[in-house]
Amino acid sequence: MADLDVESRTRRLTTLMGVAPRRLLRSMLPALSLVLIMIGIAWLNPRAISYFGFTLMLNLAIPIALATIAQMFIMTGNDLDLSIGTFVGFVGCITATWLREAPLIGALSLIAAVAVYAALGALIHLRSLPSIVVTLGMSFVWQGLAILLLPKPGGSAPDWLLQLMGLKPPWIPFPIVAAIIIAAVAHLGLMRTSYGAILRGSGGNPQAIRRAGWSLLKAKVTLYTLAGLFGVASGMALIGTTTSADANIGNGYTLLSIAGVILGGGEFIGGRVSPVGAVLGALTLALAASPLLTFMRIPPDWQVAANGAILIIVLAARALLSRQEA
Amino acid sequence: MISAESIAARPWIWSFLGALMVWLASIAFTGGYGAGGMITAALSLAVFMVIVGIGQMFVITLGPGNVDLSLPANIGLASAVAMKVMGGSDAMVPIGLAAALGSGAAIGAANYLLIRALRIPPIIATLSASFIVQSIDISYGRGLQIKPPPGFADFTNLQIAGIPVLAILTLIFTIVASLVLHRTVYGRSVAAIGQNPRAASLAGIKVGRVRFLTYTLCGLLGGLNGALLAGYFRGANVDIGNEYLLASIAVVVIGGTSVAGGKANVPGIWGAALFLVLLLTMLNTFGVSAGIRLVLTGLVIVAIITASGRRIRV
Repeated sequence: MADLDVESRTRRLTTLMGVAPRRLLRSMLPALSLVLIMIGIAWLNPRAISYFGFTLMLNLAIPIALATIAQMFIMTGNDLDLSIGTFVGFVGCITATWLREAPLIGALSLIAAVAVYAALGALIHLRSLPSIVVTLGMSFVWQGLAILLLPKPGGSAPDWLLQLMGLKPPWIPFPIVAAIIIAAVAHLGLMRTSYGAILRGSGGNPQAIRRAGWSLLKAKVTLYTLAGLFGVASGMALIGTTTSADANIGNGYTLLSIAGVILGGGEFIGGRVSPVGAVLGALTLALAASPLLTFMRIPPDWQVAANGAILIIVLAARALLSRQEA
Repeated sequence: MISAESIAARPWIWSFLGALMVWLASIAFTGGYGAGGMITAALSLAVFMVIVGIGQMFVITLGPGNVDLSLPANIGLASAVAMKVMGGSDAMVPIGLAAALGSGAAIGAANYLLIRALRIPPIIATLSASFIVQSIDISYGRGLQIKPPPGFADFTNLQIAGIPVLAILTLIFTIVASLVLHRTVYGRSVAAIGQNPRAASLAGIKVGRVRFLTYTLCGLLGGLNGALLAGYFRGANVDIGNEYLLASIAVVVIGGTSVAGGKANVPGIWGAALFLVLLLTMLNTFGVSAGIRLVLTGLVIVAIITASGRRIRV
């Protein structure tokens, strides 16, 4: 909560004095796990720690980070989006076809897709529907639309998108610059503005927010609209990286995005999320997904298991730290 | 108005009405041709959804956040275990079935241990577990091309007067599950925990033990489903369980079980499973493309949950 800023500052002070080092350690966990993965990669293949190494390894981290932030907005309101993966795939299909051939139609349909997200937020709030089931149904819808649009893998990204995703800024690799920008935008918007506090409050204590005169409907619609916007950004970034699309291209992103938010210290209920943590979690997953495992010579069969194991280890560490804290 | 109220009180009636309507629509389209065959096929496929649906129903009834996402991986692994242990020999069928059930139950127990030991939400615990199970399955079932024993394959496809034997057995199992849910201490405990875990605990219910049993039971049913699917489709496959993640949750919710927990509905699962299978059959009869079929399935799920949604968030 933003209002608790004073408290968090005093907490930080006490932690510096060594009163609650575990709490500090816990909040550092997302960054710590990323650093550990990086150390692992550096140890296994020192050449990977270079400008081009990071550009290659973190290529797919940008769409994952954007999808994770989208999921984070939904989770802020105590909901869960099981359709974000197929939505990213659907956006990818539009990007690789209409957005290139008929930019106006493409842009309009992407705006319409965000509007659908906003409408879902309103529907879920007004009818008190379980978000899991509604988004479950929508995951079929997005997948179906993607297949209708692009029955076979193909299409190609608009040139301006390719140029954007292929940027080579000096000193710092583009994926890292992009991750910092994504984290900063989400952090400033959700953690530093007064309406961001209302949005988090709508998940943390909806009754209090309602009694204080804020519209929970508006909060829910805002959260879903933001999720739609970041989902669109994720799909476009994905196509900018892969250059062509496939109706199933985003399917893995649903689980990745949930795992990213959780790795980043977010929780399923109570509006407790962390945009910076979520981006760090997404980067950890992106690095752990293939570069680390390739360097470790883990056979492809076991790469999925390694992802699961990393999740379990981080969560175990967090559980251990929280228990001792309490 | 009285009838409307009684229907509203039994949301699962909708799923049966829906199943009936899509069936009527399909036979109206074919002019009555294949009406019986459609029901036979729907019953055969609905069985698999009902088996995992009942497991998922017990888990979901435990309360908010309880859901088993590891079912697809579990089903895939169990199908491989069953085929490998049976090794194509009819004599090994009982042992193969037991092995598949054991593999499923072990995964369910492991799920609960993760939830308990790491104190993390079941969604993420079962998700992490499913990653690992999936890898075990990919590695264990690589290039597996063992056919099910002929007797087992025939049994899973056996019909009496157009009614699959598996459907009859599953119906009996459903009745037992219903009795367990409503008439036994265990079943009442599951509902009580779903309504208020703290009150349940103060009332002397061993919450941990009940949750452990429920996750293990759900895993066990996943294992059973894997073995039966491998028999029915004549072979194990890593992807054999994929559709049962969404299907297991969808049949539970469409069938009128509360997602918030504490309120389960067994007959609704049959209605919802038949409805979903018949809906696909209908769209196939209409000859629509895969894309439109997916879009319509999704819209129907959203429409049903919207129609049956209650105004009060629990």
